[in-house]
Amino acid sequence: MTQKQKKMLIRILVAAALMIVLHFLPRFVQIGNIPLFLLWLIPYGIIGYDILKKAWKGILNKQIFDENFLMAVATLGALAIGLLKTGDYDEAVAVMLFYQVGELFQSYAVGKSRRNISELMDIRPDYANIEQDGQTVRMDPDGVEVGTVIVVNPGEKIPIDGVVENGESSLNTSALTGESVPRDVKAGDEVVSGCINMSGVLRIRTTKEFGESTVSKVLDLVENASSRKSRSENFIARFARWYTPVVVIGAAALAVLPPLVRLALSLSPDWSDWVYRALTFLVISCPCALVISIPLSFFAGIGGAGKAGILIKGSNYLETLARTGTVVFDKTGTLTKGVFDVVDIHHSELDRETLLEYAALAECASSHPIAASIRKAWGKPIDMSRVGKVEETGGNGVVVEIDGRQVAAGNSRLMRRLGIEPIECRSAGTIVHMAMDGRYAGHFVISDVVKPDAAEAIAALKRAGVRTTVMLTGDGPSAAAQVAEALGIDKVHSNLLPGDKVDKVEELLAGQKAGKTLAFVGDGINDAPVLSRADLGIAMGAMGSDAAIEAADVVLMDDSPLKVSKAIRIARKCMGIVKQNIVFAIGVKIACLVLGALGIANMWLAVFADVGVMILAVLNAIRALFVSKL
Amino acid sequence: MKKTYKIEVDCANCANKMEDAARKVAGVQDVTVNFMALKMNVVFEEGADPAAVMREVAAACKKVEDDCEIYL
Repeated sequence: MTQKQKKMLIRILVAAALMIVLHFLPRFVQIGNIPLFLLWLIPYGIIGYDILKKAWKGILNKQIFDENFLMAVATLGALAIGLLKTGDYDEAVAVMLFYQVGELFQSYAVGKSRRNISELMDIRPDYANIEQDGQTVRMDPDGVEVGTVIVVNPGEKIPIDGVVENGESSLNTSALTGESVPRDVKAGDEVVSGCINMSGVLRIRTTKEFGESTVSKVLDLVENASSRKSRSENFIARFARWYTPVVVIGAAALAVLPPLVRLALSLSPDWSDWVYRALTFLVISCPCALVISIPLSFFAGIGGAGKAGILIKGSNYLETLARTGTVVFDKTGTLTKGVFDVVDIHHSELDRETLLEYAALAECASSHPIAASIRKAWGKPIDMSRVGKVEETGGNGVVVEIDGRQVAAGNSRLMRRLGIEPIECRSAGTIVHMAMDGRYAGHFVISDVVKPDAAEAIAALKRAGVRTTVMLTGDGPSAAAQVAEALGIDKVHSNLLPGDKVDKVEELLAGQKAGKTLAFVGDGINDAPVLSRADLGIAMGAMGSDAAIEAADVVLMDDSPLKVSKAIRIARKCMGIVKQNIVFAIGVKIACLVLGALGIANMWLAVFADVGVMILAVLNAIRALFVSKL
Repeated sequence: MKKTYKIEVDCANCANKMEDAARKVAGVQDVTVNFMALKMNVVFEEGADPAAVMREVAAACKKVEDDCEIYL
């Protein structure tokens, strides 16, 4: 508790004690109305002086519909009724007391949530070790220049992104990914800040500044995510804007109209009765419960997700995530490991080694994972001097001059473009056809390995309520169909050029059910246009990839597809809590307003409608933080 | 130009009032008050002087909510 909060707690306890004393006093001591009134002013003053001060300042600043003003009017009015009629001052002081209790609770709960969530994400390292003149010096990570060698001992957090210069160790990535699967690293490996070094001493040459390192980016992202307001939050803000004036006007009408009508009907006006009802109205008029609990729910949801390695960039994305009806996956690298292997060679007239050699030479300059697999299958050094002109066409393959001969390596599209009829393959997998000097030379069967948890991930999505799963790939239909069947995916679109993927997503978007959203899951690097076209772009395997973190709306730090369903479950839980709070708060308030107007509710009920609802709503909101079991 | 300021404010309703008041200040194109993270993100209009505009924003916020603080 802060100093301010402690002071308030003391005031509350003192005022409550005095209240109890004064409540029982008239039974033991004969005391006149005026002296009793003055005595009651003491606890009232203790508990309410700052509200009265703020109300006064509010009037000076023309802030009429200020909750301080309302509380002041309500309680002063109740005191007046006590003085003039009932001799009862309990309610006036009690209302003020409970209001202050509510404010204190709100302040404490919000402060604690902020601290909890900050600590949850307290992955920021405080120092970096640098070797200077043979000594290890501890420095502020902010001051470490790019290219400096830092030392990270076992048990320490890696403070800045870099490359291992020497040392071998195991890293704990749970701070970033929420998973405790260790990652082994050795010299030459890239390492990411925020990971905890477990076994061996590492010397790391930094490749970024502290502010640009992964850990700083992740923290910034989570902190600023709650600045992007959701539709629910905007709704609440608009609601609060008109709710208070409407209730105040309602209170004024309630205080004045019925008595006047009664006078006109020659009945006794019962002013104090109606004024009392109006005062209860005023007490219920604060929308605090809604205005505080809804942002808190989103803050907790985003914080909880961050701890699980799921970075949601805004409260609005959390909302979109909860309404996901269709998930579209990119195949390579998302559902599959993205590591290709040559599994077979068919229809080759040349001997297999030679064909492989030519293929490896043809693919020497390509960065495509399929090219990498061919080079890996060849395994031997590549003499680039034999390679002349290289022409690479995205979605087709390469046409290359080797030893003066024209060699083509690519898919059936490329073959047909060159006027060569390819021999199709019955095996599943990606087929790379070869042609030499305009003649068909055979093909390679290249297979990608599905991620071990991909099938479980699709099943989990279905359980989480996602109706349709779709896979998009540039690979051939048989390879795609094989993967789709193994994983249980509903729709497959294969042979897609990079531009086709955007079109397919547009098609799927057009066919979406109203109120449901479409999420696209990719690796962020090649999929930027599709990520932005979908309702929600999810990038996987983002640890260490700045491009992925930038491109997507939801960033999954590790590369397990299971995280997608977890993200959806977290979002649904959070939105569920938000809806519960909205319905509960508005429902209870309206019910109490009606009861108050009818005279059935007294101020105690009004206080519950205000403070009690707020406390319950805040406690409910904090539930959004607990995501580990999801 | 965008800038982010640390703020201190007690209640969420007050944060909303601060946002409304700040938006009306000349030179402010858009403003978001993040009550949970205690931050105010301001997008300034072309050619506006952030320091001068923020002084007016601080004054406007003080009017609607006496208890608030903006750390400039």
